[in-house]
Amino acid sequence: MRGYVTVEWHASLGLIGSVLLYLAAPLCFPLMVAVYYGEPTLPFLVTIAVTVAIGAALRFSADVEQDLGPREAFLAVAVIWFVVAAIGAIPFLVAGQGTIAHPVNALFEAMSGLTTTGATVLGDFGVHDRSILMWRQMIQWLGGLGILILVTAIFSELGVGGAQLMETETQTRNVNRLTPRISATARLIWGLYLGLTLAVIAVLYGLHLLGLAPNMDLYNAVAHAFTSISTAGFSPEPQSIGAFTPAVQWALIPVMLLGSTSFLLIYFAINGDPWRLLRNEEFRFYIGIFLVFSALAAALLYRFPDVELGYHDTVRHATFNLTSILTTTGYASMDFTLWPHAGQYILFATMFVGGMVGSTTCSIKTLRWLVVLKTFRRNLFTAIHPDAIRPVRVSGRPVDESTIRDIYAYVLLSIVIFVALTLFVVVDGARAGVDPSEFEAMGAAASTFLNIGPAFGMAGPMDNYLGFPVTTRAVMIVLMWLGRIEIVPVLVLFTVSFWRS
Amino acid sequence: MHGLEVAVRVVIVGAGEVGTLIATSLAPDNEVVLVDADEQHVDKLKYELDVLTLAGDGTSAAVLEEAGVADADMVIASTDDDRTNLVTCGTAATIGDPFTIARVKHARYQWTWERTERAFDVDFMVCSDLKTAETIVNIIGLPAAIDVDPFAGGRVQMAEFDISDDSPVTGETVAEADTFDSLTFAALFRNGDMILPQGTTVIEAGDRAVVIGSPESVQKFAREVAPATTPGKAEEIVVVGGSDIGYHTARLLEERGLRPRLIEQDADRARELAEELPGTLVMHHDATDTEFLERERVDEADILVSALESDEKNMLVSVLAKRIGTDRVISIVDRGNYVQLFEEIGIDVAINPRIVTAEEITRFTHEGVALNIAVLENDQAEVLELELAPDSELVGRTIREIDESISADMVFGAVTRDHEFVIPRGETVLEAGDHIVVFVETAFVDRLIGMA
Repeated sequence: MRGYVTVEWHASLGLIGSVLLYLAAPLCFPLMVAVYYGEPTLPFLVTIAVTVAIGAALRFSADVEQDLGPREAFLAVAVIWFVVAAIGAIPFLVAGQGTIAHPVNALFEAMSGLTTTGATVLGDFGVHDRSILMWRQMIQWLGGLGILILVTAIFSELGVGGAQLMETETQTRNVNRLTPRISATARLIWGLYLGLTLAVIAVLYGLHLLGLAPNMDLYNAVAHAFTSISTAGFSPEPQSIGAFTPAVQWALIPVMLLGSTSFLLIYFAINGDPWRLLRNEEFRFYIGIFLVFSALAAALLYRFPDVELGYHDTVRHATFNLTSILTTTGYASMDFTLWPHAGQYILFATMFVGGMVGSTTCSIKTLRWLVVLKTFRRNLFTAIHPDAIRPVRVSGRPVDESTIRDIYAYVLLSIVIFVALTLFVVVDGARAGVDPSEFEAMGAAASTFLNIGPAFGMAGPMDNYLGFPVTTRAVMIVLMWLGRIEIVPVLVLFTVSFWRS
Repeated sequence: MHGLEVAVRVVIVGAGEVGTLIATSLAPDNEVVLVDADEQHVDKLKYELDVLTLAGDGTSAAVLEEAGVADADMVIASTDDDRTNLVTCGTAATIGDPFTIARVKHARYQWTWERTERAFDVDFMVCSDLKTAETIVNIIGLPAAIDVDPFAGGRVQMAEFDISDDSPVTGETVAEADTFDSLTFAALFRNGDMILPQGTTVIEAGDRAVVIGSPESVQKFAREVAPATTPGKAEEIVVVGGSDIGYHTARLLEERGLRPRLIEQDADRARELAEELPGTLVMHHDATDTEFLERERVDEADILVSALESDEKNMLVSVLAKRIGTDRVISIVDRGNYVQLFEEIGIDVAINPRIVTAEEITRFTHEGVALNIAVLENDQAEVLELELAPDSELVGRTIREIDESISADMVFGAVTRDHEFVIPRGETVLEAGDHIVVFVETAFVDRLIGMA
């Protein structure tokens, strides 16, 4: 077989082994939570043992001296995301509580967590240990900024391979380097992420101490800081953020927006160049979308037919839930499946937007939409002046024509996959006698593939994905994985030319 | 640094068109040594010009020593090769202490030099591409101006306008006429007398106005003074040929707020230009295709600049443009002796980059503009650019304080800081390293230079 296969998969295996070894470290956090609350520690001890055993085996059997080329990077990125989710599911299995004791559900929950989707299959929140729920939050935080950027930050010996990994994970041509060394750049960004998380914990717990949020204790402050800055969306509360006071909800809106801003821009803004944010065209575009859609949602909600909301509550619920969906977080301050249809469709449309490139968000992302719109306008111009050469510019800098083609292909591919998944959800639902409506199917397909979380109808924010047949849930696991690493690294693995020639 | 008031010894390296032109103009009053690598060419010149000629490589210290650089007052490097010229100046500086002048073609050397104004041991640099483009843009953009001088690397301009009877600003106050933030109304000359205008000063027909400001604001002011002749946004300006001169012409027009079109035949170059020039509409086509010219309405263009690489093509495009009805055609002419021919066949302006460069160097050697000085109205006043040293007595003070403490006639026209234009206001505090462009009466010039 070897000699025929041209991928140096040994190098990828070695890296996967190292990642699994290091995965033992974050697992210690829920372990300590379990010890603190006097809950069973076995789920985490077993998981640590498994990840260390597999990690060590791979690490020491593989030849790690080899360099990571582009193909090895694709392989490593795709496999690492899947394997970490699989390991992350073990505590749910061992704990054996509630619906996620089922293997498919456990993997669904872990994959939904790691990919920062936030779609849940928890039936009854009450039966779970606090340590298990905290692990669920923590997985999201780990996946928030991308695992491979964390890997690059830790393994400085990766060197050039690190740039390869980060580019593969984020599907960008050139990782913007803040420092000449890519691992130092990754460390700066992760340090920023860590710092922002601590700041959010301080703000949320501070609200509690000020008496503005009675139930936002330290446990909840940590749990929600993990899933808000990472725009991930899990909550240990069955009512999501609806369980907390309006003060908490207002505080989380800027946190989610921060998480969906490019971390490079945040870095520059903190380091003395705040105007760089406003000079960035993608940021202005993003904030523009946020303002316009929030106003639209509030206007539609104002004519809420069933429940009487006051002026303030209308604005709060409209802004919060719209921000949550736009930033691909997936929190909810109320059950938006009760909203008028028009309002729900606005939320559905914003699912496809996503945040900025280089943020913790998923979905198609605003830079791509900006380029698509600008190219469209440019093409209208060149239709009249066929000889004109007019580069598409973002923030004044010209965009390569080949990049534009890649972006068009990506957007089209995303929409095709979304349609295919919708079709599958409807057909599979009909087979199993569930019969989801078209809007439910579209919502669930977009929400899982674009890594948002809750959808509409049976998969609404106060419900879960248990209503879908197990086959649908299994397919969604794959699509969350596919969507999070931006399709290409997974799809190339299934091409013949990847493995040969 | 002032010009050549007494006969001095000048070494010119490079006896091509530029070097020969400069030598011809300097020879009657100065001792000129002409150095060129081509022995036969040098021999020939010996009988045409009253200069000492020497065959040899100007980048060689031995050759320069033989040419007498050790005692020379000035070395002018004017070969067709930029790097040879820079190395020649550097070499000359190791032999003696002459004032060095380098001719370059590429603007990047000029921009590097402007960072310290001493780079490469060059004391004065003339970039032929930039100078030619500036000349074209002044002809196009400010036809009404009697004098236009760039300062601070082109970020600041001084322009002088005659106010005619039918000018819309006649009868207006200065405050009414100068509505632009980055423009300073420096002075009015009336019947030969200098007036420092207040906001309430009324502009009269026959006045001569001196303004200092960003290129864009000067352009807008010119449009206000002479709307009939000054092009605005609506005017169609077409540049044919994406050569360096074509590129700089389009770039400088953009800087003045105009929106030119540029036609380039090579696809890759066109893309490159389109990326560099956000305010220009770049088209990729053969400009000698009349069908294309008519489709893109070049026949209705107000001005066409032909900046292609060969004289033949420039002539063809210019004649075509004239024939289909373009108002004014300006063409680059590579061979100096064709300039007259171009103008005889009806092309409005023909410009030869070598003549432009030689004229600039000659003008410099006569006037002396080390600090960039423009002399106005029979030496009554000067506009000069000064870089503020850290220990300058102007540093750390506001412009208002300085104005109040000086009794001489002086106006702060513009300030550039880190190569950016700063609008001079009363409360602007001057910093070390700032370049100030000042209008000042001649009697006070030496005192002011001492303060900087």
